[in-house]
Amino acid sequence: MNTQLNQENVIAMNGKRKTIEISGLNFFYGKTQSLHNVSLDIHEKQVTAFIGPSGCGKSTLLRTLNRMYDLYPGQRAEGAILYRGRNILEDGQDLNMLRAKVGMVFQKPTPFPMSIYDNIAFGVRLYEDLSKGEMDERVEWALKKAALWTEVKDKLTKSGLSLSGGQQQRLCIARGVAVKPDVLLLDEPTSALDPISTSKVEELISELKQDYTIAIVTHNMQQAARCSDYTAYMYLGELVEFGETDQIFMNPARKETQDYITGRFG
Amino acid sequence: MSQALEKSPVNPVYRKRLLMHRVGMALSVGAMSIGLIVLAWILLTLAVKGFGALNLNMFTQTTPAPGSEGGGLLNAIIGSVMIVVLSTLISTPVGILAGIYLAEYGDENKVASITRFVTDIMLSAPSIVIGMFVWALYVATAKHYSGYAGSLALALIAIPVVVRTTDNMLRLVPNSLLEAAFALGAPRWKVAMLVRLRAVKAGVITGVLLAVARISGETAPLLFTALNNQFISFNMNAPMGNLPGKIYDFAMSPYDNWRALAWGGALLVTFSVLALNILSRTLFAQKAPN
Repeated sequence: MNTQLNQENVIAMNGKRKTIEISGLNFFYGKTQSLHNVSLDIHEKQVTAFIGPSGCGKSTLLRTLNRMYDLYPGQRAEGAILYRGRNILEDGQDLNMLRAKVGMVFQKPTPFPMSIYDNIAFGVRLYEDLSKGEMDERVEWALKKAALWTEVKDKLTKSGLSLSGGQQQRLCIARGVAVKPDVLLLDEPTSALDPISTSKVEELISELKQDYTIAIVTHNMQQAARCSDYTAYMYLGELVEFGETDQIFMNPARKETQDYITGRFG
Repeated sequence: MSQALEKSPVNPVYRKRLLMHRVGMALSVGAMSIGLIVLAWILLTLAVKGFGALNLNMFTQTTPAPGSEGGGLLNAIIGSVMIVVLSTLISTPVGILAGIYLAEYGDENKVASITRFVTDIMLSAPSIVIGMFVWALYVATAKHYSGYAGSLALALIAIPVVVRTTDNMLRLVPNSLLEAAFALGAPRWKVAMLVRLRAVKAGVITGVLLAVARISGETAPLLFTALNNQFISFNMNAPMGNLPGKIYDFAMSPYDNWRALAWGGALLVTFSVLALNILSRTLFAQKAPN
């Protein structure tokens, strides 16, 4: 009840709803602490970009949002991550349900060893019982969303591994979109792609924003400037500056941020 | 600096390295030739003596009684195929499931690491010990030799091979692929069966085929278990003829036709194993994980 009131206050204050609220997040790989007291909000149907030099903790932060780190013993997070008002770091969370809601696309394309069609259908079948016709529609819809449909519509039964790198990555995005998640986490989704595929993925991000909340980790500052509404600059596991992308890039409040985005450092 | 890097015969560092290279290369080629020559010798002897004995009778007649003319290996071929097929049916599911268990839980669990250790020991256990074990456990209790006992002994030899290859193959699957499946909200068993196992299907099948090849030629465990049978028998609960056993019996016999059959049988076993190996290798080469 209380959180709901708070949330309504927040909406009244800046007119935008928050999907994820991170507060006081610390993260540990064994004894090494790699995130220090990170707090920020991810807004609904907006793109939030995480930038910073290698090892600054931006991917780690992303991996806490769907608790991917949970697969590895010895990794743990402290603090609070409220996803739609519920703290996902608490014990007893249904991680499978969480991950079905908070989807993720990785740096390297990871098509499953099955047909293009089944790559898309795999995730959908986990939580939905669709007829053959409905599934066909869903696969087509997801592939169209990922701007891949025209390239693969005649070879849906071919292996997903037979596609080029850029196509594989768009297949992975289609796979993530097909389950109709609430949030999409993109971990350097274009770092292995050529410029043409990159621009296709970037167009896709701005289109997906209509329906999904997106968090993207990127090494490419132009990409952050082009695609995102909010930008977080991180360094050595700390959040240095967070704000609207225009403000971060035009008029950063901190000198470190300015040094990084102007290329004087990093 | 630039002089030291120059690849000329006068550069002493380069000359020394070239010499080391030639010595190393000569030793490797020498070692390889010894292995290959022995193998070629065995195969050649086998081919010369075996092809002479190979004829249609070998596949249509049963093994001859002492002193009688002609004869074939039909009873032994049938027995061998039945025993090997049954033991493959036992060892494949057990081996693959155990391999999945090791790959999934091997790093976090004491039982799994002990299992892996024992599997490694089993891999190199002398097959005669396995034969004695099954004899003591099964044959001595049931009070008769049987094809089932033979299959059991061969399965015990095949299981560690299948476990080991399945485990090794599954470990080749990159974490990123597993994470991608988990990221869709897939439960662990679905990730293991539908994504991880599937990614290395060809490698796992290769492991099964290699295990079949390995047990096809095993002799010692069958001497204690399936024993022998001079006649065609489809009853696996009774003693059964088998190729390795017949080769063992006939090779040292005083009868010319028996010795010829031993060579023919040896050729048959060798080529079946060779064919299986080639099949598994081409399968693997086609679909090796990147």
